[in-house]
Amino acid sequence: MGLVLAIAGIMGLFLVANAQDGAMAFHGYLFVAFCALGIFWMIKRHYDEAAGLVEVEGEVRYNNAVVRAGVIASLFWGVVGFLAGLTIALQLAFPELNFHLPWTNFGRLRPVHTSAVIFAFGGNVLIATSFHVVQRTCRARLAGEWAPWFIFWGYQLFIVLAASGYVLGVTQSKEYAEPEWYIDLWLTIVWVVYLLVFLGTLMKRREPHIYVANWFYLAFIVTIAMLHIVNNLAIPVSLSGSKSYQLFSGVQDALTQWWYGHNAVGFFLTAGFLGIMYYFVPKQANRPVYSYRLSIVHFWSLIFLYIWAGPHHLHYTALPDWAQTLGMTFSIMLWMPSWGGMINGLMTLSGAWDKLRTDPILRMLAVSVAFYGMSTFEGPVMSIKAVNSLSHYTDWTVGHVHSGALGWVGFVSFGAIYYLVPKLWNRERLYSLALVSLHFWTATIGIVLYITAMWVSGILQGLMWRAYDSLGFLEYSFVETVEAMHPFYVIRALGGLLYLLGAVIMVYNCWRTIRGDLREERRIGAPAAGPATVTAAE
Amino acid sequence: MHYEQVAHFASTYGLIYFIILFAGVLAYAFWPKNKEKFEEAARRPLEED
Repeated sequence: MGLVLAIAGIMGLFLVANAQDGAMAFHGYLFVAFCALGIFWMIKRHYDEAAGLVEVEGEVRYNNAVVRAGVIASLFWGVVGFLAGLTIALQLAFPELNFHLPWTNFGRLRPVHTSAVIFAFGGNVLIATSFHVVQRTCRARLAGEWAPWFIFWGYQLFIVLAASGYVLGVTQSKEYAEPEWYIDLWLTIVWVVYLLVFLGTLMKRREPHIYVANWFYLAFIVTIAMLHIVNNLAIPVSLSGSKSYQLFSGVQDALTQWWYGHNAVGFFLTAGFLGIMYYFVPKQANRPVYSYRLSIVHFWSLIFLYIWAGPHHLHYTALPDWAQTLGMTFSIMLWMPSWGGMINGLMTLSGAWDKLRTDPILRMLAVSVAFYGMSTFEGPVMSIKAVNSLSHYTDWTVGHVHSGALGWVGFVSFGAIYYLVPKLWNRERLYSLALVSLHFWTATIGIVLYITAMWVSGILQGLMWRAYDSLGFLEYSFVETVEAMHPFYVIRALGGLLYLLGAVIMVYNCWRTIRGDLREERRIGAPAAGPATVTAAE
Repeated sequence: MHYEQVAHFASTYGLIYFIILFAGVLAYAFWPKNKEKFEEAARRPLEED
């Protein structure tokens, strides 16, 4: 492992020396620094372990350290990603905020936001929770000692390379697949190690049956590997330059891109987070999943249908009509597994509904599942060609994405993090449940403001685009539709601000929990013992 | 292969393929012998710590 890092470091030096452009040289330096720190850390750990630093917990020595690191990284990237989102939302409302600089331009900051929330925040949550869940449900320690840490740090390097590249203008201009060829290669290496560690842990399991959450995680890891490799097939102009050209062109490229793009939603933001749902909802509710059989049907129908739905992103384009209809049909069929899964998640609470009143973490998880149901209802509706002719390219799409992203992915992640922090740091409970409740309400109001503003603005935009006057001319110029969006963009930015505030509250709460502090507060739902114990947050 | 051939293949064998697949999934999920295994699995997250 040390030798590999040393060779990789020398390769990085070669990149720095021969770089064709400034961004490549900068990324070469980052790579060298990564390898050097890695070697230093390996040597340090070797001596630490010689000093007898062993973690013992019950019969299985779980690898909790890498999960802890993943939770901290998730909290950090979450705030960064939400902040980037707020910034670009404000730029849309007030264009002066682009500052007339190339690096702070909306076009460069937008992929920083999308990649930071999806891949940096969501990816770290998925890696951390999958490592936690696979160990606990298999009753086996994570496979490998170095490999999990390589995945963690290698993934952080990928994020830094990708984000700094965007700001410097390095992009292959594919939505959600913007990183250039060398960053893609690096992620491929990290991802294959991730797959091997996950499979290795499954093989070490002490249980005969693999728990269903792990099926979802495994489907997520395998499918993302496939999508990532196929969509990023490209030929670099030079081995020491950042620019590359796609292997596919025209409509083939578009179809590959949206096969990738939609399955990034289906397998990254859905299958992976369903893995979280199937472990953390039963855990937090302290009840087994409503129907294990339904979870099996849910899994297989979801993964066999999702992979076909991508063409609905290309309605009324050069893509052949039959392919568009195919994409639409499969999207509508997805209603069944999506709602099956939602019902399974929500009904897990049956017999424990009262906990929704007293446990804000469970409330967060339940609302996330409700948002999953809502956005997977809206998505198929929007994939219908007639609806899509109105909704496509408008803010309605943006609103739809965010009801899934903020409501489902965000809330289920927050719930999992709130569950994990006291557990991983061996604390009795969270620092404050009242703050969780405050986070819940702040974020929920933020989401409602966001999606209602985008519904109104999107439909308004779509109607204005297709309005004709009595002579058959378009009624509005494009800039008039942009002007009409302004108030909704301000409301959307306000929603984003509330969501960011909620995340900051969460970070504070987790930080105090990790420090070992406990806030004096009465239990939520319990009668007040006296005015002195009523918390400021309520 | 022409478009008609592809479309015909997809709407016949494609349909049969998906129905068989789904029937297989249902059979696996509802096979009486699997009942105990699944019930045990459903309790798994609650048993460990």
